[in-house]
Amino acid sequence: MTRPLLRVEHLTMRFGGLVAINNVSFTAQHGEITALIGPNGAGKTTVFNCITGFYKPTEGRLALQSGDQALWDDLDTLTAGGAKSLRRADGGLFLLERMRDFEVSRDARVARTFQNVRLFQGMTVLENLLVAQHRALMAASGFTILGAIGWAPYRKAEHASIERARLWLDRIGLIDRADDPAGTLPYGAQRRLEVARAMCTEPMLLCLDEPAAGLNHRESAALNDLLMLIRDQDKTSILLIEHDMSVVMEISDHVVVLDYGEKIADGKPAEIRSDQKVIAAYLGVEDEEVDKVAAEVGL
Amino acid sequence: MSEALPDRDARPDLIRALREGALAALIAFALFLPLIGFSTVQNMRNEIVLEARWQLLFTLVAVIAGIRFLSTLLLAPWAERRAAAAALTKREVPPNGVAQVWRAMAARWFAPLALGFVIVYPPLVLGLNGFQGAAKWIDNFGIQILIYVMLGWGLNIVVGLAGLLDLGYVAFYAVGAYSYALLAQNFGLSFWLLLPVSGILAAFWGIMLGFPVLRLRGDYLAIVTLAFGEIIRLVLINWVPVTGGYAGISSIPRPTFFGIPFNASDEGFAATFGLPFTPIYRTIFLYYVILALALLTAAVTVRLRRMPIGRAWEALREDEIACRSLGINTTTTKLTAFAIGAAFGGFAGAFFAARQGFISPESFTFMESAVIVAMVVLGGMGSQIGVAIAAVLMIGGTEIMRELDVLKAVFGPDFDPTQYRMLIFGAAMVAITVWRPRGLISTRQPSAFLAERKAISGTLVREGHG
Ligand SMILES: Nc1ncnc2c1ncn2[C@@H]1O[C@H](COP(=O)(O)OP(=O)(O)OP(=O)(O)O)[C@@H](O)[C@H]1O
Ligand SMILES: [Mg+2]
Repeated sequence: MTRPLLRVEHLTMRFGGLVAINNVSFTAQHGEITALIGPNGAGKTTVFNCITGFYKPTEGRLALQSGDQALWDDLDTLTAGGAKSLRRADGGLFLLERMRDFEVSRDARVARTFQNVRLFQGMTVLENLLVAQHRALMAASGFTILGAIGWAPYRKAEHASIERARLWLDRIGLIDRADDPAGTLPYGAQRRLEVARAMCTEPMLLCLDEPAAGLNHRESAALNDLLMLIRDQDKTSILLIEHDMSVVMEISDHVVVLDYGEKIADGKPAEIRSDQKVIAAYLGVEDEEVDKVAAEVGL
Repeated sequence: MSEALPDRDARPDLIRALREGALAALIAFALFLPLIGFSTVQNMRNEIVLEARWQLLFTLVAVIAGIRFLSTLLLAPWAERRAAAAALTKREVPPNGVAQVWRAMAARWFAPLALGFVIVYPPLVLGLNGFQGAAKWIDNFGIQILIYVMLGWGLNIVVGLAGLLDLGYVAFYAVGAYSYALLAQNFGLSFWLLLPVSGILAAFWGIMLGFPVLRLRGDYLAIVTLAFGEIIRLVLINWVPVTGGYAGISSIPRPTFFGIPFNASDEGFAATFGLPFTPIYRTIFLYYVILALALLTAAVTVRLRRMPIGRAWEALREDEIACRSLGINTTTTKLTAFAIGAAFGGFAGAFFAARQGFISPESFTFMESAVIVAMVVLGGMGSQIGVAIAAVLMIGGTEIMRELDVLKAVFGPDFDPTQYRMLIFGAAMVAITVWRPRGLISTRQPSAFLAERKAISGTLVREGHG
């Protein structure tokens, strides 16, 4: 049984004359790790930027559902109605292309990391994780006013936020560095911290842009475990951009392949591995020549 | 130094120093000839004539040449030797050396000691100078400096925490001052009621400006805020029926001691408390009012830094894109920083009008904004103590210069040191950017910690980009 979380439909993004994404559609399921792969410049980061509201798509619909699956039936009504979202107590249906970047994170609960790490370098590791809990803390502090006069419920909420941060620091093995500036961490630790920071927003969907880039073998294996933990324990679905095929094949449940802004394949990892079009795209040759080139390079 | 080569080291140094000194003299002469060498004066027939000021010019050139000569001869070799020695003994300093213990002590005790000092300052100068002499010290030094400390701390929220370069901060100071002046004069409302009102009006203007402007970043933001400061000033100049134009507003009601006026009447403060009348009571009262206001600014800032909004400000300064990816509405976050900073500017403005009794657009020029920004930058962005020290040095320094008769003896009787204020500010800015590019106090204190609060080096902390 499929339980769609995110539906990308006919997504097109043009920058002037350049078509970065051309009519791409795919679905990410609840509780799964969906990998988005493709050669350099294929448009993967652009898809992320559209989903997370940093870019306004030229065309297409990006719908995300949380809570009750039956909400999907209202998708067309919502689209025709012109509203951004349909809220329910336990979630809602969101049209991401109509929302601003911070609303996508705050309301639709989509968190992301960046291809080149974007931490708050001059703030401590702990502070980075506290900033991520802004939404919850802001509400608990009565939009600052009650918090500033030492309101007890706010103090409790702040305590809880520090505990959440502590939990994540334990998971990513940075509890000893909690009070050090994020900018002084080694690269691998910064990448893990960025994932933890995104998770502190309590997202439905976590979008990771090449989280394993620049990691050594051991760090990369630890990251795989962390991502599977997030999927299985936190019940957060993951959309993953990754170049490292071993990571993709090992942890993803579903793979979408882009090339020159178009979707060229979509399926289980095993199917993708043997797909002629995908191999051609990665080797940079025409479809007909795949067998010849593959033989030459010893695939 | 080696015995075998006695003058191989000394001679070229001397020649080099002479050359450097001469070069400095030449540059200083060329630069100052038009600036200082001539001044325009009006003669009997109301004509403007040029007057050469050779004595002043040559003394200045000589002083500069002398400084350059001595620094090349003595200071440079000394610094080199020290650097060489430091390179040799690198990492041999024990982590808990005397200097470090001393520094930790200073960090721990500086703020409480300074606070204690400013609280006992008025009685102290009264005791030292008597009623006549004390007024100057409490008013010109105490109150004047505290107004700027408060303005510096208010702007620190916008520039130091949120990383938004605001070059028109004086506009909010002006809004506060004129709000108090107009409302007090036309409606007879009291100082204590109008203080929050002025702050709120200034915050309102902060939001009005913020809405269109905060989409801009970096230099563009700086330019537009600068223009906003000028627009407010031009409105004050040209809206004559309301603001009195250049003439300003005079006889603004003065604050009372909770209803008791500070005057010589029978209902006055002195008579009520059975004291002989002197104007110093009002001065002392005003001193404590501005001290309380400044401390309120500091306390609110300290509190807000630990609130989610304060953390969001600092995160915004570090990386705006990352903030948005975490669900932080950057527009409202910037607006609150702008509004709260403006509100404190408004408080200070209302106090200024009440203390002065007279205001005019003259007091709200771009120069004021520049001085306040300079205080924040020199002090170390985000550091409250740094900003306060910078305010004391800059404003106190200006006032001290007025007092220094020695300078007149050196530069001639017409020498007015306060005219060189900007030159000295400029020199201080250059010196700071060379030696302490992150300001006097460059470390950042984290707003929360798990095990231990460790200061963060300024080199990691971003300055914001708008
Ligand atoms: N803001 C932009 N303005 C103009 N062109 C852009 C913009 N963002 C992306 N592009 C273009 O869109 C295309 C896809 O870029 P994108 O960054 O999405 O690729 P990618 O698949 O993430 O590549 P990589 O693996 O190198 O990260 C590229 O040709 C890129 O130059
Ligand atoms: Mg990319």
